[in-house]
Amino acid sequence: MRALNEGVFPLSATDTETPVAVDEARNDIIARFTTALGDAVVDSLVKPGDDVWIRVRTDAWRATGDAARELGFVYFDFLSAIDWMPSPFGRGEDDPTEPAPERDMTVRQGYAGGKTRMQVLARVVDPTTTIGVNLKADVANDSPVIESWVTVFAGANWHEREAWEMFGIRFAGHPDLRNMYLPTDFEGHPLRKDFPLLARIVKPWPGIVDVEPMPGGGSDDEAGE
Amino acid sequence: MTMLTDRQQLSYIAAQAADARVNLELETEGMTLNIGPQHPATHGTLRIIARLDGEQVVWAEPSCGYMHRGYEKLTEVRTFPQVTALINRIDWLGSFANEVPFILAAEKLMGIEAPARAQHIRTILFELSRIANVSLFLGDLGVQLGAITPVFMAFRDREYVLNLIEGATGGRFHPNFDRIGGLKDDLPAGWIDETRTVMKKLRNFCDEIENLLFGNEIFQSRTRGIGVIPRDVAMQYGLSGANLRASGVDWDLRRDQSLPMAWNKVDWKVWTHNDGDSFARCWVRLQEVRESTKIVDQLIETLPAGPVMTKVPRIIKVPEGEAWVATENPLGEMGYYVVSKGDLGPFRVKIRSASFNNMSITPWLLKGVYVPDIITILASLYFILGDIDR
Amino acid sequence: MSTLSVLAIDIPYWAQSLLRVLGGLVAVLLPAGTIVYVFLFKMMSFMQSRLGPMEAGPFGSLQLFAEVGKWLQKEDICPERADKFIFKLAPLIVLASTFLLVAVVPFGPDAWFTNFEAGIFYALAVSSVSVLGILIAGWASANKYSLLGGLRAAGQLIAYELPMVLAVIGVVIQAGSMNLQDIVVAQNAGSMFGWDGVGNPYVLTQFVGFVVFMVAVQAELTQAPFDMPIAESELVSGYMTEYSGFRFLIFFIGEFATAGVFAMIASILFLGGWGVPFAWFGWSDIDSIDNWMNIVGPLILFTKMMLVVFVIMWVRFSYPRFREDQLQRFAWKVLIPISLVNIMVTAILKVAF
Repeated sequence: MRALNEGVFPLSATDTETPVAVDEARNDIIARFTTALGDAVVDSLVKPGDDVWIRVRTDAWRATGDAARELGFVYFDFLSAIDWMPSPFGRGEDDPTEPAPERDMTVRQGYAGGKTRMQVLARVVDPTTTIGVNLKADVANDSPVIESWVTVFAGANWHEREAWEMFGIRFAGHPDLRNMYLPTDFEGHPLRKDFPLLARIVKPWPGIVDVEPMPGGGSDDEAGE
Repeated sequence: MTMLTDRQQLSYIAAQAADARVNLELETEGMTLNIGPQHPATHGTLRIIARLDGEQVVWAEPSCGYMHRGYEKLTEVRTFPQVTALINRIDWLGSFANEVPFILAAEKLMGIEAPARAQHIRTILFELSRIANVSLFLGDLGVQLGAITPVFMAFRDREYVLNLIEGATGGRFHPNFDRIGGLKDDLPAGWIDETRTVMKKLRNFCDEIENLLFGNEIFQSRTRGIGVIPRDVAMQYGLSGANLRASGVDWDLRRDQSLPMAWNKVDWKVWTHNDGDSFARCWVRLQEVRESTKIVDQLIETLPAGPVMTKVPRIIKVPEGEAWVATENPLGEMGYYVVSKGDLGPFRVKIRSASFNNMSITPWLLKGVYVPDIITILASLYFILGDIDR
Repeated sequence: MSTLSVLAIDIPYWAQSLLRVLGGLVAVLLPAGTIVYVFLFKMMSFMQSRLGPMEAGPFGSLQLFAEVGKWLQKEDICPERADKFIFKLAPLIVLASTFLLVAVVPFGPDAWFTNFEAGIFYALAVSSVSVLGILIAGWASANKYSLLGGLRAAGQLIAYELPMVLAVIGVVIQAGSMNLQDIVVAQNAGSMFGWDGVGNPYVLTQFVGFVVFMVAVQAELTQAPFDMPIAESELVSGYMTEYSGFRFLIFFIGEFATAGVFAMIASILFLGGWGVPFAWFGWSDIDSIDNWMNIVGPLILFTKMMLVVFVIMWVRFSYPRFREDQLQRFAWKVLIPISLVNIMVTAILKVAF
């Protein structure tokens, strides 16, 4: 069935190029969400036979959760966030003795677009059809706050705690926004792209091609180590 | 709160009553018991903070993070093929199964698909790691409940499966065998005959465990009615795998999803149980091992010929896009939300591990139970620390 | 009793006492060692499809000495916040209860340490002393797990003391005596429906009592399925959590020695003890027994003890553990009513016949 279209997939439904196949069920999901939420649905995208993405307004996040439950998406899969800013440290392969290279730091959001650096991403599934939907919402850059889903899906509790400690996104209405993994006095939010992965900074990575020299051949300057 | 269930109310009342007893009536003090991080029943370093009134739990909450290894951050500085070496170690008892969804997500983004033979072998190894994982659960279950013999049977028969995995992949615990576009190697000669005999042994093992443990009155009295999770609560907390099926939800991602794997080519059954208690969860897992042996048996008979690796570039660049792939791993639904920016490595990988969701229900579930039931419930929810903390 | 004659040599009182002490040590340590090796090391291994110790001595038979050596080498750790004096005292109390218990066990017609008239009464009384030791150990360790374990042990041992006593009462009614020696003689000299081929072992006539007694023994010994005081998957090791080195060894010896002694008492009460059916050799009462029974009697008792321990261990290796409340319910709602009915029926039959 996997008739994936070749080339680059359109990043948003507002792109002019139309998908090659039509997925009735998933298009219908978008229609139902749009009916339930009105203009809170900012953008959406269907990958036929694969998945569906819906981006909603930040202030309609809890309403989206409620709507998802109403629409039959009662299975809470996960909730997390994405930091769309490219890492200022690249992939940690810079030579620390050299000056840092120039990097393209433009923030490009993924499917269903976006306006801010960070987005909240959640996935809920309809257990009768087993079709899931990825819900996204922008989070303001300066004060990342969004409504909590704890009253909608009780299971969101731990996921929001994780998103809080990893991305620094506050969930308004969360009863107990403590760190999930890290010590209480840990500073910073590790999954933000501007949080350096120190292990990579202090000791540069040997190389991107992970091919070891074959015994007896190739680079002989490393031999005997 | 709209979704306050009966069970929730009951446990709330029990907690309140216990609290009242602790503080007012007898003027006794509650005791806070730290179960873990070093404790025989926590399979690693989970810590459960439990406030007790006598033997009854007033309030309990797991405290995670003692094994947090930051895989989501680490994947961002790895290339796509390197990531499999990391994610192997998430659920270390069923490591091959961890690799598959990630590789499938990468393949989905690249628009390629593994050859039929590779898909078959992937499915076989996937199910073998399920057997290796869940058979240990079945033995460990006995230990948690005080029966010491089943665990040795489990280790004995799991050894055969580990030998099989080692024979095919070279690694007993961390195969790192899956590649984008196929597999590292084909199966070795004689492997299929060996598998056939091992599957028979494992079915015997299941019968043994069923007779020794599941038929035991004490086992039943310890597990039946303990830790009941109603259907809607299980959904809200995103429980998956046997925990969800034991609550009566007929949902198995192997069957309900069309992934490029070989599950839909063979005949097997998804078992559910309506009780939602600890016994149901254990029972569903036992049946799963049986079904897995059946799947493996059928797949090795219908193994198609052909290559095990499709043509991929030597340096893999994954096109820009986002993909979500989840599979029904031994512990439950394991999914990877992979975001690629057209680079050598992933831009962001959200690892949705089964145990994290499965454990998030424990604060709700442990209210009002007795100390031994904590162990029963944790054992029956079946978590692996690496899978919670990642 | 003032002079004892063995092989026609008169032994002075000090030598008798020395012999008794040595005999007591042998009677406690030999069964304990044998049980640990035969059942804990070997039988458990075979039941779990493994070999068990194989390196030390033939078939690993010297493993026990290696283990004892290991424990003796270990540091004697006492937690900082523990109540040090009673923390160190607790294992000794547990072991002392075992030695007190073995004092009334008769090994042959003349081979006994003391011959109490109320022997079984005394035995059941001193067996409770170990509860004190366990409770002290749990409390003094300054560890929450130990405390939970100790309290569980106290609750459990007190609850199962009762069915044990009640189960024994049936035997006492039938034998008409509380003296263990008399109970042995009554079984071996007795007859069933006029046939005295196997005497009258009370395991046949008091089968219900035997089962209740064995269940209670299992619980008194805190062996699975009644091992909540130790419950290694819940309470780490219960009241023994903080003990190490030779103090742990004393607990360990105490556990298995008590298993041996209780098995001896069970075989005395229900399986005919040291004796063989008297009809085989034409004996009628205890004075007419040949002297060689003082040598063979202990061996017979030892064999019967091993049989009983086998059953105890078999159950231990096969069963999961009860929950605390289930255990109490089982004692109070099942075992005690059954043993009360058993006493009633026994008494009625005793009067009727």
